[in-house]
Amino acid sequence: MSGKPRLTYCNGRGRMEPVRWLLAAAGVEFEEKFLETREQLLKLIKDGDLLFEQVPLVEIDGMKMVQTRAILSYIAGKYNLYGKDLKERALIDMYVEGITDLMQMILMFPFSPPEAKEKNLASIAEKATKRYFPVFEKVLKQHGQDFLVGNRFSWADVQLLEAILAVEEKIPAVLSGFPQLQVFKTKMSNMPTIKKFLQPGSPRKPPPDEHYVASVMAIFK
Amino acid sequence: MSGKPKLHYVNARGRMEPIRWLLAAAGVEFEESFLETKDDLKKLQTDGSLLFQQVPMVEIDGMKMVQTRAVLNYVAGKYNLYGKDLKERALIDMYVEGIIDLNELILSNIFQPADKKEEHFATVVDKATKRYFPVYEKVLKDHGQDFLVGNKLSRADVQLLETILMAEECKPDMLAKFPLLQSFKARISNIPNIKKFLQPGSQRKPPIQEKDIPRLMQIF
Repeated sequence: MSGKPRLTYCNGRGRMEPVRWLLAAAGVEFEEKFLETREQLLKLIKDGDLLFEQVPLVEIDGMKMVQTRAILSYIAGKYNLYGKDLKERALIDMYVEGITDLMQMILMFPFSPPEAKEKNLASIAEKATKRYFPVFEKVLKQHGQDFLVGNRFSWADVQLLEAILAVEEKIPAVLSGFPQLQVFKTKMSNMPTIKKFLQPGSPRKPPPDEHYVASVMAIFK
Repeated sequence: MSGKPKLHYVNARGRMEPIRWLLAAAGVEFEESFLETKDDLKKLQTDGSLLFQQVPMVEIDGMKMVQTRAVLNYVAGKYNLYGKDLKERALIDMYVEGIIDLNELILSNIFQPADKKEEHFATVVDKATKRYFPVYEKVLKDHGQDFLVGNKLSRADVQLLETILMAEECKPDMLAKFPLLQSFKARISNIPNIKKFLQPGSQRKPPIQEKDIPRLMQIF
C-alpha cells in the first residue's frame, strides 16, 4: 500500500488520459492497473468497486473515485490548480468544459466507422479552428499573461495543452493561425512536471490504434 | 437592470432545466429570455455573448456564463449547496455525474427514431433501476440521513429529485423497489423553495413533446 493514487483503466488514453495529465502536472506520482479482459471489468463490478459499474476508477485518499469530472475536480482542488476563488473557478470550469467538448470528438474518432472518418476529422478541424482555439487565443491576447486564469498555472492550462497536442497529432498545422497558442504550447510544455510527462517512458499513453480500439470493444462490449 | 440572474435558452427544459432547479432550490429569483427563432440565437452569437457560440447562457454576477456544469458549479458554490470540504465535494460530484448520465439517457429517448424507441425505453428503465437508483437507495440506507451528503441539503439532492421526477414521467412506478428514494422524494419535494418550484405557475418547464421538436430543432 503505497499511498499513491491508483488508476484503473485500459492501457490507453480514453477517458483516463486527462487524469494522468493533471496528476503529472501536479507532480503526483501514481500507479496504474490495466484492464485487459472483460472478465477483469466484471470482477471489479462484482466486487462493488465501481459506483456506477464503470471505469475510470481512481483510488485516492481512501476513496474509490469514479466519474472523470469528479476525479479531475478533486485533484485540481487538492493541488491548488482550481483558481483562488469562485469566480476564477467559474472561468476555469467554462474553459475546461469547452475543451472537454472538443476532446470528446477526438475520443470518439477512433470508434467511428471508416466511411465517417473523413467527415469527422473535418468536423474536428472546423470546431478546433473556428469555435475553440479562437476563444483561448483571445483570452491570452487580452490579458497578455502566461496562463489562462488568474496569472497562475491551473487545470485549464493543462487541459488546453492536452487538447492542442491531441489535435496536432491529427492536424499538424492546426495552430498556424494562432500565434498566442503557439507560445502557450511552448511555455506549458517546458514547465518541469509537464516536460517530464512529455518524455518517453512517462505514464502518458500513445494515440489510440486499431489494437486499442479492438481491446476497448472487447472489454466494454 | 435587476441584478437577478438572467437565463438565455429556448422555452423548454433541455440543458437549462437543472440550472432552473438549482436556482429555485437556493431561493434565487431569476429572469428568462427565450430564444424563439434561429435569428435570436444568431444575434447572441454575433453580439459575442456566447463563449462557444452555444446556449445555455446565464448572466450572473457580471459574468456571461456558459457550459451547464460550470454554471451549476458556480451556483452551488455561491449558495452553499456544494458540501463543506473537498471530500464532500468529491462525493457530491460523483453522485451528480451519475445523475447527469441518467438524465441524458432519459432526455435522449424522445429523439429516438420510431423503430428504436421501445428498445431505448427498455434501456432507460434497466439503467435507472439496476445501475443508478440502487446507488442512491444504498447511500441513504447506509447513513440513514435525510440528505445524500453531509447531513445537509446539497445540489446532489436537488439534482436527484429532478431526475427521479423525470424518470417517473417516463414510467410512473420507477421507484417501486426503492422505498428510501420514495421517502427522499417526498421529503425533498416539501422543502419550501422546492415545493414552490413544483407548483403550477413556477418557472419549471413541462416535459418536451414530440410536436415541439421540429420548432426547437430549427433554432439550433
